[in-house]
Amino acid sequence: MSKPKLATCSLAGCFGCHMSLLDIDERILELVELFDLDRSPLDDKKAFDSPVEVGFVEGGCANEHNVRVLHDFRKHCKVLIAVGACAINGGVPALRNPIGLRECLETTYAGGTPDADHFVPYDADLPLLLDRVYPAHEVVRIDYFLPGCPPSADAIWEGLKELLAGRTPGLPYQLLKYD
Amino acid sequence: MSAPALRFSVDGAPVEAKAGQTIIEACDDAGIYIPRLCYRADLPPGGQCRLCTCKVNGRYAAACVTPVTPAIAVENDTPELRAERNTIVEMLFVEGNHPCPFCEKSGNCDLQAMAYRFGLSATELTYQFPNRDIDATHPEIFLDRNTCILCGLCIRASRSADGKAVFGFENRGARTQLTVNSPDGLAGTDIATADRAAAVCPVGCIVVKGTGYETPYGERPYDRQPIGADIEAQRHPSAERKDADV
Ligand code: SF4
Ligand code: SF4
Ligand code: SF4
Repeated sequence: MSKPKLATCSLAGCFGCHMSLLDIDERILELVELFDLDRSPLDDKKAFDSPVEVGFVEGGCANEHNVRVLHDFRKHCKVLIAVGACAINGGVPALRNPIGLRECLETTYAGGTPDADHFVPYDADLPLLLDRVYPAHEVVRIDYFLPGCPPSADAIWEGLKELLAGRTPGLPYQLLKYD
Repeated sequence: MSAPALRFSVDGAPVEAKAGQTIIEACDDAGIYIPRLCYRADLPPGGQCRLCTCKVNGRYAAACVTPVTPAIAVENDTPELRAERNTIVEMLFVEGNHPCPFCEKSGNCDLQAMAYRFGLSATELTYQFPNRDIDATHPEIFLDRNTCILCGLCIRASRSADGKAVFGFENRGARTQLTVNSPDGLAGTDIATADRAAAVCPVGCIVVKGTGYETPYGERPYDRQPIGADIEAQRHPSAERKDADV
């Protein structure tokens, strides 16, 4: 029987949640016994070519590219799991939400008052920023949440194993952390 | 002669109260934890957070302000009340800004600990991302309204424990916010770091500067044990619930 497939993506995140996934140390050998890695920055596979059992989503949506990737994950993954504070509530990138996009950009790039020499960069290659940073579940349906910043390697391991066993991943008290 | 004990029940188990005790006081003594965010045993109750809402003879009542009367039947730990308390906690998270990953209060925060106790991995309510003021005017005490849950503890502590009136609420309804008793911000008030009001905040809104992140991750109070575990440790082993796990 072929192994279930695991896809991962980092949207508006810092890759810390992926680092924590790698932090499971030697259990990574067990992980590759359990899953085949599909689309993921870890193997640099850039597109889905078949359905995948589990999608691991790091980060919320800060730009239109994030939204496209997340929709693609929802379309191809049977189960989507939002991993980490950024995916769950926007995390650090969402610090801009109460301030507003225009004010953030103009303050950063133009000292608050744009003119001919000081302006917000624009280029067709830059993904368009969203008005605010959206938690993943505000963009697509998310099946499970693994909180933490990042969730500890133990929490990620626990969550993935539970999922694979067809159980709802509920973390024991010691592993349930928001930081 | 001491007043006779009042007998009542909580989730089917018999409990005794001293005359004049509220439900939460009697339950604390009996080792039965009722979740709460705005209650401290040594301060007047405020009935503000509503987390301690129980059903008393079938009707909702906040346990921190409801006195025990003879033979009342209190429901506390039921699926219905658990679900409603969950929602209250979730609403408190989305109504403010709660960046737990770098909040100084993390690991020692009653709101976060309550979510842990309830096993809440995330909320799917819509985050409001309100734009709230901070107050960094005071040299020793910092006010970050982003995390304020409007529990009123600082107001009650300042009045009744410190004999001052540093804090208050302004506006009403969804616009209610914490204010201080000076147009110059916290620096214009007579608050001192030794005040009860400076230490009482259950979340990360009132913090004494220079004390953050003192306790390492893994050793903070709620890393060690869930909120309420200290009260539950007082429970007498013979105090069995009559009903099975409801
Ligand atoms: S949750 Fe924390 S570790 Fe994960 S992507 Fe966000 S900032 Fe990085
Ligand atoms: S006040 Fe508590 S819940 Fe809010 S950010 Fe700080 S630790 Fe988290
Ligand atoms: S500042 Fe803290 S103690 Fe005061 S009302 Fe807000 S949450 Fe409660």
